[in-house]
Amino acid sequence: MSALLSLENLSVHAGSKALVSNLSLSLNRGERLGLIGESGSGKSLTSLAATGLLPAGLAASGSAILAGKQVIGAPDRELNQLRGTAVAIVFQEPLTALDPLMRVGKQVAEPLARRAKRDGTPLSGTALDQAVLALLDEVALPEPQRIAKSYPHELSGGQRQRIAIAMALACKPDLLIADEPTTALDVTTQSEILGLLDRLVRERNMALLFISHDLPVVANTVSQVVVLRQGETVEAGNVADVFANPRHDYTRSLLAAARRLDDAMEGRA
Amino acid sequence: MSTTTMTAPADKKSHSLALKAGILLVGLHVAIGLLTLVWLPYDPTAMAGGRLEGPSLLHWLGTDRLGRDLFTQMMIGSRIALVVGVGAVAIGAVIGVTLGLLAAFASKWLDDALAATLDILIAFPTLLIAMLVVAASDTANLWSAIVALGIALSAIVARLTRILAKRVLVMDYITAARTSGSGWPKIVAIHILPNIWPTLSVNFALQFGLAVIAEASLSYLGLGAPPPNASWGRILQEAQGTVYTAPLGAIAPGIALVSLAIGVNLLADGLRDTIDPTRRAR
Repeated sequence: MSALLSLENLSVHAGSKALVSNLSLSLNRGERLGLIGESGSGKSLTSLAATGLLPAGLAASGSAILAGKQVIGAPDRELNQLRGTAVAIVFQEPLTALDPLMRVGKQVAEPLARRAKRDGTPLSGTALDQAVLALLDEVALPEPQRIAKSYPHELSGGQRQRIAIAMALACKPDLLIADEPTTALDVTTQSEILGLLDRLVRERNMALLFISHDLPVVANTVSQVVVLRQGETVEAGNVADVFANPRHDYTRSLLAAARRLDDAMEGRA
Repeated sequence: MSTTTMTAPADKKSHSLALKAGILLVGLHVAIGLLTLVWLPYDPTAMAGGRLEGPSLLHWLGTDRLGRDLFTQMMIGSRIALVVGVGAVAIGAVIGVTLGLLAAFASKWLDDALAATLDILIAFPTLLIAMLVVAASDTANLWSAIVALGIALSAIVARLTRILAKRVLVMDYITAARTSGSGWPKIVAIHILPNIWPTLSVNFALQFGLAVIAEASLSYLGLGAPPPNASWGRILQEAQGTVYTAPLGAIAPGIALVSLAIGVNLLADGLRDTIDPTRRAR
């Protein structure tokens, strides 16, 4: 069986400037891969290129095969079929990832109904409402009935991110891309959301592409890791190996910075 | 932060007061406009009394220089103003929102070309464009005035729609909708239009006021509704010769115009706060 997501020599250019160069990675069902690097290292662009969502003005080259289909150069109509079945994304800032003027229940119902229609089992009316509530329950939101009727600004950051995760799950994706899903949250909420993602990925046997600059979070969440610096892959491999024996100076400096922060937090600095 | 929370209740109260005042003013004009369809105090085209009579119990606002009842004329004026306002804003909205969305989605050079064209159109006063459109059509009647005003207003709507849609387009929830397989028409219908509507609707209200005043100006210049249609602009124009002997003929249309324009603006402001859930009381 071929890989669920396979990137080969993927590059993203803005004009003549390379933002991501020659990135290769592959991900199978049930596998978890972390993409790490500092801001602007091309992490998010990689995930957008892999789903054909690059903004106008950016061009991708190389190969990105998602669920057996070449994404680079494919027309939007074909990609729409692929999106919402093969892949879903959870974004960094849950406030902007939700439509501020739509009740969250409806926002979850939208992808849910579409996926059900594609599967040939259309959902509507009370059956759809029930499915929405079940999904809200699955992402461990309290009082699903009340929350479904709320607008995003009436929920807390953690609740919003759970809604965003529910929307992603509604697509029943094989691959879940989490783009810094916990960066905008406080530390306690962070660990809850990470626990939730961990459980859902395991239960649904999804592949996880986890994008982050937070090394401890990455270390606890994924098994494989790719380190990016200014669009270049500097290191890749098993997460324990890479963090224990970093071979590249950049990885070492990232780890050192994370350690210094830890020390400072614990008052040892 | 603390100052905003402190002023919030007062804001809310003044908003609901504005909404009530708006409903009252607009409701009055709508009620009068509807009433003219079934009942009028006098035949609007017939002589109902002496020429240039002052206000009396029989003629509340007096009569004009042809002896027609001014109050009857003003009532018909309300209906014409409402038809012009709604018609012009509807035409401006359809053309403007369509063009604006096209520009927001267009490739860079097409977007730039559209934006530049719109800027040039906006640089012309609305009234001037409307006059050009009326002049270009063969007959000057109410419908040509409405279409002309609609076209003149559409440039502003288009530019506003373009920039608002662009702002929504870069939001994560649009990308999220696309990731989940939504097509563009659906995204426009359920995400973009609802999110730009609160701002657009206030703009439509402003333009409604603008259209009503512009139609009065067109009629004043003889480019709007032809006689015997009693547009407020025409009443004003006909009264200007006798403004020292019968000032009510000039004052009444002025007050009517201002009250309708202010009413619609208050109404839209109040409605926006009710439509937009993020502005509602928490």
